[in-house]
This record gives sequence, C-alpha cells and structure tokens, in this order.
Amino acid sequence: MQQEIEIVDLRRLTEVIKNKYNYDFSNYAMSSFKRRVQRIIELYKFASVDALIRKLSEEPPFFREFLSEVTVNVTEMFRDPSFWREIRDHILPNILLNHSSVSIWHAGCSSGEEVFSMAILLKEMGILDKAKIVATDIDVDVLQKARSGTYPLKNMDINQKNYVRFQGNQSLDRYYREENGKAILDKSLVEGISFREHNLVSSAVFSKFDLILCRNVMIYFNQNLQNTVLKMFHESLFKYGYLIVGSKESLIWCEIANKFIVVNNEEKIYKKIKD
Amino acid sequence: MGRFNVSNQYKAIVIGGSAGSFQGISRILSALPTDFELPIILCLHRLKHVRNGFVEALNIKSAVLLEEPEDKENIKKGKIYLAPSNYHLCVELGNTFALSTEEMVNNSRPSIDITLETAAYTYRNRLIGILLSGANKDGAWGMKKIKDRGGLTIVQEPSECMIDTMPAAALSLTPVDYVLTIGDIIEFLKELDRKYKQ
Ligand SMILES: C[S@@+](CC[C@H](N)C(=O)[O-])C[C@H]1O[C@@H](n2cnc3c(N)ncnc32)[C@H](O)[C@@H]1O
Repeated sequence: MQQEIEIVDLRRLTEVIKNKYNYDFSNYAMSSFKRRVQRIIELYKFASVDALIRKLSEEPPFFREFLSEVTVNVTEMFRDPSFWREIRDHILPNILLNHSSVSIWHAGCSSGEEVFSMAILLKEMGILDKAKIVATDIDVDVLQKARSGTYPLKNMDINQKNYVRFQGNQSLDRYYREENGKAILDKSLVEGISFREHNLVSSAVFSKFDLILCRNVMIYFNQNLQNTVLKMFHESLFKYGYLIVGSKESLIWCEIANKFIVVNNEEKIYKKIKD
Repeated sequence: MGRFNVSNQYKAIVIGGSAGSFQGISRILSALPTDFELPIILCLHRLKHVRNGFVEALNIKSAVLLEEPEDKENIKKGKIYLAPSNYHLCVELGNTFALSTEEMVNNSRPSIDITLETAAYTYRNRLIGILLSGANKDGAWGMKKIKDRGGLTIVQEPSECMIDTMPAAALSLTPVDYVLTIGDIIEFLKELDRKYKQ
C-alpha cells in the first residue's frame, strides 16, 4: 500500500474494533499505532485500511492475529540491569522488612522474559517461595510463549549480557537448556506464577499488590489513557507499595502524581504514600 | 538577507547521524547560539545497551544543554533532545514525544527513519531535516518523507563525511534542498536563528 494512512482511517478502524470486539485502541499513541497498522497492512498485503477493516468485520478469528501484531512485544531478560540490581538490593528487602511475603504484578509481561528475570532474582535471594506473582497481557499468544518459557537461542546473547551486568550470582545458562535452536527455561522457576489475559484499558481492579511492574507498556498509550491506567494501578497497590515503569517513562506529569513519591528517579521507582 | 534566504516558517529541526557523525554534531552543538530558537531533535545511532554517557559526552561541547526526553514530554522551544538508547523516538501529534521499543529498523533502535517520519507527519512543511555521516541507509527514507511533506532537507556534503553511505542513500532516494559542509550547516542554522529574532 503506497498511500499514507490518515488519522480518520485509524478512527474508523478503532471504531469498528470497539463495536465488534469491545477492545478500545482509540487512546493508543498515534505515532506507533499508525506504524503498527501500516505494518499489518504490508504483512497481509491489504490494499487499504478499508480492506483491513472489512477483514476484521467479516472474520472474527482474524482479530486475534491482529491483536497480536498490533501490540509491540519486543522484550528482554534483565532489561536495564541497574534497575534489577535496585530491586534486589533495596526494594525487595524493604518490602520484606514488614511482610513475610511479597505480591507482584507484571502488567504487560509480553513473552515473559521480565517474569523469568524476577523469578531468577527471587530464587537467588532465596525468597522465590515467598512471592505471589501474577503476570498479565492483552495478547494471548505472548502469554502462551511466556508459559512455555521457550525463546530463540539468538535472543539469549543479549539476555546473558544483561544478566552479567545485573551481577547475578550464577551464570544464566544454569537456568535453561538448549534444544533445536531454542532456549528452554527451567519451568520450576514459574511454577507458582499465574499468567493471565488482562486488558489494562477496560479492566477493573482485581487484586492488591506490594509491587507492580508496568514497563514499556504505557508508552503505547496517550496521556489520557495513561492517567486512567495509573489510577487503576494506584488502587491496585497496598499503601506503601511500589509502582515501577520503564526507564524513560515518568509519573510526574500524571494526575495522581501527588499520591506517590519518587524512590528512585533513574530507575523510575515510585511508592504509593496516599490512598 | 542571508546566504540561504531561509524563512521563519519552521517549528523544529531533526538531525540524524551515525558512524562518523560525532565530531560534526559536536561542532554544530558548540557553535549554536545559547538561546537558539527552535527545538532540535537528535537521532544518532548509539550503543544499544549503554544507557548513560552519550548525552554527557555531547554536553561537554554543546552550547545548549541536551536532554533525553521522557515519554509524552512536551517538545519545547529552544531545547535540544537526544533519542535515548534502545528506544525509537517518535514525534506525536500535539507536539509531544512518544517512545517505542518496536523492532529495530535498518538494524537500529533508535531508527533515524522513524524519528524523521513521525516529525514530518506532525510538522509537515514546518520541519527541517538534516542528515550527517553514516554507514547505513537509515534516514534516507525519512528524508524523503520530510521532502514529500514540504519540509526542508539538508545532507552533509558526502566528500566531507567519514562514511558517506547515509547521505548518499538520501541523495539517491529524494531531491534535497542543500548539500552542505558542517561549516555551512552551522552558517545555515545561525542565519535561521537570526530570522526568528528580527
Ligand atoms: C514492549 S512489551 C513490554 C514487555 C516488558 N514489560 C518489558 O519492559 O520488556 C509491551 C506489552 O504490553 C502489552 N499491552 C499492550 N496494550 C495492552 C493492554 N491494553 N493491556 C495489557 N497489555 C497490553 C503488549 O501486548 C506487549 O506484550
């Protein structure tokens, strides 16, 4: 498709999806959403946005594929190693000072690299059995990958480098075996972890946590939607619980900023101080 | 009237660079008036997993303090922004930045094409795009988008580039308005700035 996608095209697309499937993309950040739609149109060789809309209206099974492609799933283990060190050396010890267990929510966990990183970290601290972890994503395909803990071997190179900079106390290859060009992670790490489908846009609070990680997810939302989701996170945290966003995201512009304090600005770690 | 006869219709400048561009970009940054009028958005290829150090290195020379923007930060006059490592830097309608961890483009994240294209989409004919030395073709397509939308395009004189693949790719893909040396790019920017202060 040669012609440029315009905002009106995207509006029509999000409208159809909302009416037919009850998923609302109208508050996603335009720049990346537009590129994702463009990519789908090229991938499936649609002649126009209208052709994509027609396919979505007529073939419900296609929606799941669309959902999987329109979201950005790129992730790494131990992304931002200094952040993971901070969790290990300060945040978790702090929580465990007053609690005998810790509840953690990975919101937008993608294919699970972040969750496995947490499990490895907890295991190395000897507290994996004290953690109750829920990991959610809108995209059921990536959740399936997360549950299987199977990643292309070529990705392990960067994961390994991140782990070394995280200064873990093993070698990362202690946690996986290689098979047919894949790395299969040790499933016992995520035995107790619940992987669930969950849409941050439309879902209500479902539980309360000591620690919420939502990294590199809200960058795909506009500011309105960020505000709504942040309110939901606020409600989903115990008082003095922690919210952690991506290294280039910030809470300082959001409406409920005054209910949090900055614990670590470099690593974007915030603490809820008011209900 | 100056040498370039430039107008003051512009709202922002985007600069792309890769291998061999560090020196050129440092020269430009050190020569800028400290109260330069327009926002400058830099997308330079950099080590993907080294978060710190690059902005500091550029700041040693720069007349205006560079910053790595955060997601949804407003784009302000007189500021210089640098695309952070391992993120694409997009310009969003409504004059804010948006970051993305999407797949690499032209083997790069940040990709110059993405920054240039989203800026062109937002600013249309009110954007100036500048492409410097580099060893791959990232940025060429973005320069075409700027030109297609009526913006002004400048590439660094290929014979002056340490590695001219990037400017050459742009020149073969799209007409550009100026092919300039770093010295002339500095002159251009100074003339542009004067235009806003008249
Ligand atoms: C770039 S990944 C982030 C993975 C990981 N947290 C990290 O930082 O590497 C973004 C994830 O957010 C998910 N996502 C996007 N919109 C969502 C929504 N409305 N609700 C829940 N998850 C969403 C995507 O499916 C994707 O897996």
